[in-house]
Amino acid sequence: MDPQTVTVLTQQFFNALTLGAIYALIALGYTMVYGIIELINFAHGEIFMVGAFIAMFFLTSIGFSGSIPDPLTLAAVLALTFLVTMTVLGFIGVGIERFAYRPLRNAPRLAPLITAIGVSFILQNVVQIWRGPSPVNTPQLLTHNVRFDIGAASIGYLNIFIFLVAVVLMVALQLFVGRTRLGRAMRSTAQDREAAQLMGVNINSTIAITFFIGSALAGAAGIVYGLYFGSIQFTIGFVAGLKAFTAAVLGGIGNLAGAALGGFFIGFIEVAAAQIGYARWTPAFVFGVLILVLVFRPSGLLGQPIGERA
Amino acid sequence: MSQIEDLSRRASASGGGARGRALSPISGFFGRHQSLSVIVGMAIVTTVLPLIVLLPPFSGFNVQRVWLDSFANAGVFVLLALGLNVVVGLAGLLDLGYAAFFAIGAYTYAFGASGFSGNDFPFWPMLLVGAMIAATFGILLGAPTLRLRGDYLAIVTLGFGEIVPLVFLNAEDITKGTNGITGVRRPELGPIEFTATNPVPFYITMAVIVTLVMIFLYRLQDSRLGRSWMAIREDELAAASNGVNTVTTKLLAFALGASTAGFAGVFNASKLTIVHPDQFLFQVSFTILAMVVLGGMGNIWGVAVGAFTVFIIQSVLLKQLNGFFNTFQVPILSDIDFVQYQFLLYGLALVLMMLLRPEGLFPSKRRRRELHTESDEPTDRSPEGLESAAVLQ
Amino acid sequence: MSDAAVAAPERREALLRARRVTKRFGGLVAVRETDLEIPAGSIVSLIGPNGAGKTTFFNVLAGILDPTGGEIEFRGQRMIARPVRAWLEPVLWVLPSVLILLVAVAVFAVTRSVLALQVLVLVAIGLLITTLLLAIIRPLRYRQLLPRFGVFRSARPNDMVTAGVGRTFQNIRLFQNMTVLENVLVGMHSRLHSTAVDAILNSKRHQREEAASRDRARQLLGLVGLRGRDDVIARNLPYGDQRRLEIARALASDPVLLLLDEPTAGMNPRETSEMMALIAKLRSELGLTILLIEHDMRVVMGISDRITVLDHGERIAEGTPEEVRRDPKVIEAYLGRPAA
Repeated sequence: MDPQTVTVLTQQFFNALTLGAIYALIALGYTMVYGIIELINFAHGEIFMVGAFIAMFFLTSIGFSGSIPDPLTLAAVLALTFLVTMTVLGFIGVGIERFAYRPLRNAPRLAPLITAIGVSFILQNVVQIWRGPSPVNTPQLLTHNVRFDIGAASIGYLNIFIFLVAVVLMVALQLFVGRTRLGRAMRSTAQDREAAQLMGVNINSTIAITFFIGSALAGAAGIVYGLYFGSIQFTIGFVAGLKAFTAAVLGGIGNLAGAALGGFFIGFIEVAAAQIGYARWTPAFVFGVLILVLVFRPSGLLGQPIGERA
Repeated sequence: MSQIEDLSRRASASGGGARGRALSPISGFFGRHQSLSVIVGMAIVTTVLPLIVLLPPFSGFNVQRVWLDSFANAGVFVLLALGLNVVVGLAGLLDLGYAAFFAIGAYTYAFGASGFSGNDFPFWPMLLVGAMIAATFGILLGAPTLRLRGDYLAIVTLGFGEIVPLVFLNAEDITKGTNGITGVRRPELGPIEFTATNPVPFYITMAVIVTLVMIFLYRLQDSRLGRSWMAIREDELAAASNGVNTVTTKLLAFALGASTAGFAGVFNASKLTIVHPDQFLFQVSFTILAMVVLGGMGNIWGVAVGAFTVFIIQSVLLKQLNGFFNTFQVPILSDIDFVQYQFLLYGLALVLMMLLRPEGLFPSKRRRRELHTESDEPTDRSPEGLESAAVLQ
Repeated sequence: MSDAAVAAPERREALLRARRVTKRFGGLVAVRETDLEIPAGSIVSLIGPNGAGKTTFFNVLAGILDPTGGEIEFRGQRMIARPVRAWLEPVLWVLPSVLILLVAVAVFAVTRSVLALQVLVLVAIGLLITTLLLAIIRPLRYRQLLPRFGVFRSARPNDMVTAGVGRTFQNIRLFQNMTVLENVLVGMHSRLHSTAVDAILNSKRHQREEAASRDRARQLLGLVGLRGRDDVIARNLPYGDQRRLEIARALASDPVLLLLDEPTAGMNPRETSEMMALIAKLRSELGLTILLIEHDMRVVMGISDRITVLDHGERIAEGTPEEVRRDPKVIEAYLGRPAA
C-alpha cells in the first residue's frame, strides 16, 4: 500500500471510531429499554437530539461559545456540561416513561408504539419551535485543529476524547448493571417482571432508572455530537436514531455489549461508504444492513437465537 | 372434510342442526347490506359537500371550486388512511413508512406518463400498475420482517419511509432529484376533461374510488381473511395454532395497504401533475397515522371521516386561522403560525388519544372492547388468566 | 384437505412418533431425549409433576418451539426437527430473480437493447412474485419443495394444523373480543378456500362457503354444549364454557389428532368429569386421536389407553395406566409425595 492510502485509512479509522462511539451510546439506550419492557422507544433518537441542544444551550448560557485553550478550565466545563445535560436528559426520559408509556404497560402492543412515535414528534417540533428549523452552530470547546500525529496521519484529540468518553460510560454501565443492587434489579426485571416483583423488586422505579440511564447516555451522545460536528439541527435525531437502532439489532437487541459492538460497526460502514464516495447513500447502506440482519440473523451477532417463532 | 360431514350428519340426526343464516335474497355484487349503506352514505356526502361550502362560514374561506379541489385532495388522504387502516387497524401492524408506497405509486405513474419520461401510458390501467408495484415493494419489505415481532416492522418501515424519498432524491438521472418530475399527464376519460381549472371530474372520480374501496374493505373485514387479521391482532400465537398462516396473512394486509397507497399515489401524481421527493417525507406517513388513530383504528367509516376532517383542518382551516387572527389583530394568537404547529398537534393528539381514548373519535365497537380490557373484566375470571405471559414456560 | 395423504392409517399404527426430542433453553434442559408414540384412535396422556417439561414438549409437538434435537413424524412425514440451512430459504425466494437481473444486465451490456432490459426486469419481478405466491397459496406444496434444495424447516403451528393436529392451551387463549361464532370460524381457517378476491367480489363461492361454515360452526358449538351462544363475546363466557369453546375451535380445523393441554385445569370435580365425558365422546363419535396433558394422574387414569410420565424433562415411564400406576419410579417421582 502506498503511504498516502495508509494515512487516509488511519485517519478514517479514527473517524469511524468516533462516529461509532456516538452510535454505540445511543444504541445502548434502545437496547436497555427494549431489554426491560420490550418496547422500541422511537423517541430515543429525539432524546439524543434534545441532548445536543441542551448542551449547546447550557454552554452558551454559561458563556462559553468558542474553544477553551486552558486544559483545566476545559476539563471543568466539559465535566459540568456532561453532568448537567445527562441529568436533565435522564429526567426527561423518566418523564416520558411516566406519562407516555407507563399508563399503557398492559395495553395492546400497538398503543405504546404509537405514543412513542407521538412523543418523538412532539420533541422534534418543540425543538424546532424553540431554536428554529435551520442548523444551529454549537460551541467548539475542543477544536479539530488540536491534533497529534501517527505516522503521516494526524488525529484530532477530539476523536480520542469522544472515544474515551464512550468507553468510560460503557464500562461504568457494565459495572453498574453487573455489580450493583439496582443493576441486579434491572436484570431480574428484564428476565421476568412478575417474578422480580414477587421477589420485592420495585418494578416502576427499576424501569424508571433504566429510562434515566438510557436517556442520559443518549444525552452524552448528543454532547459529543455537537462538539464533533459543530452544528446541530432538530432533524438529527431521526436518522441517528435509526442508525443506532440498527446497531442495537445488529449486536443483538437487549445485549449491552452487542449494542456497543453494533454501534462501532455502523460507524465503520458509514465512514467506508463516505470514503468510496457514497456519503449521500449512507442511510440506505445502513438500512440494507438492518434488512440483512433481520433476514439472516434476527437475534443479532451476540444475541441468543430465540423468540423468533412465538 | 370427512369428519366434519360426519359430525354434521350426527348433529342433525340428534335433532338439532341449527339453521345457518340463509343466503341473502339480493345476492351478487351489490348484495350485501354494508355495500348498500356505503353507496348511499357516500352518495349523500358527495352531493351535500358542494352545497355546504356555499353557506357561511365556509363560503367565506374559499369559493366552491377551490373547496371541491381541496375535497379531491382530501380524497387522496382518505384513500391513504383507509389503506393504512388495513395494516394498523385490522391486522394490528404498525407501518411508519406508509408514504413510501405512496411515493412508489406516484413515481410509477410519473415514469409511465410524463413529458420527462417520454412514455405515455393511459391513466386508468396505470392506477392498477402503480398499486401492484407498490404491493410488490410491500411484500419485499414485509417478507423478511413479518416473521419477527411486530416492533421490528415498525422500525423497518420507518427506515423504508426514510430511504425511499432519499433514493428518489439522489437518483437524479431518473428522477430529476430535487426538481421533481413535472408535466405528469392528467387522466383522460372520453369527453370528460380533467383540467387544473375544473375540479369536478377529479372530485367525482375520487368519490367513486373511495366508495369502491370502502365496499371492498367492508367485505374483506367480514371474510375469512378479515377474521384472521382480527385473530392475529388479538393473539398471534393462538391464531397460528388454529391454522392461520400468520406470516402470509400479515403480508397480505401489508401488501393490500401498500397497494392502496400506490393507487392513491398514481391519482395524486395525475392530479398535481408534479412528483417531488418532498411530497413523501416522513411527515406524510405520520399525518396518515394520526388520521387513522384519530378516526378510530379498525373502523372504516371512522377512519374515512377522520382523514377527511384532519386534511381539511390542516390544509384549509389552519391557514385560514392565521389570516383570520391577523385581520382582527387578536393579541398573541395573531403571532402564532398555526401551520408550523400542526405536527406538534398531531404528536400530542397521538399521545393523548392512546392514553385517554384509544378507540379513536369514531370507534368501532370491537376496538373499544379490546382497548378497554382493564376496566370491564368479567367478574368470574379464573386465576389461570394471570398466566398468559408464561405459555412458553 | 381430505386428499390421498389422509387415507386412514392402519388402526393402531402410530399416528405421531416423537424420537429423542430435546429442548434446551440456554443452560436449562426442559425436555431430554424423550420418545412418544401416539397410536391412531387412542387416548394417550402425558403426565408429570409441575415443571416436568410437559408443556414445553407439547409446544414442540405443536410447532411452536423448534427442538434442540430429535424429530417428530406425523403420519409418516417428518414434520419437526432441528432446522437445516434455514437461512437459505429467503435466498431461494430471490435467487431466480437475481439471476435473471444479472442476465438482463449482461444482455443490455452486449446488445444495448432497452426493450430486452425492460422485458427481462419484468420477468424477474414476475418470478419473484410467483415464488412468494407459491409459498402463500400452496403452503404444503411449498414445504415439500424445500428439502430438494437441502433446506429443512420445522413445521410451523399452522402447518401442523393443516396437517391435522389441533390443540388447546393450558391457560385458555381464545380471541377474547371476538364472538363465540367468530372464534370457531377462525378455527376453520385452514379448511376454507375463499380468497381475498372472492371476498371483495362477494362471489357465489364465497357466499356458499360462508353460509356452510357458519352452519358447521354452530354444529360444533352444539357438540360441546354451547348451542345458541353464537354472538356472545368470548371473554364474557364463564370459565368452563371458555374451555369448551376452545375445544370447539380446535375441532373446527377438522383435526385427526387433538392435543389438549390440561383441559380440566381450574375446574371443580363435576366440571372435570363432564370434560372427561366430552373427551371420551370426541374419540368415540369423531374417531379422534387424543393427546392429553395432565398433572393430576387420577384424572386420566380412567380414560387413557397409554400414559407417558415425564419428570425433570425426562421420560421415566410409559405403559398402560395399570403399569404406570405400579411403576416404582413413578411412585417416587409423583405419588410418593406426602400429599398423595
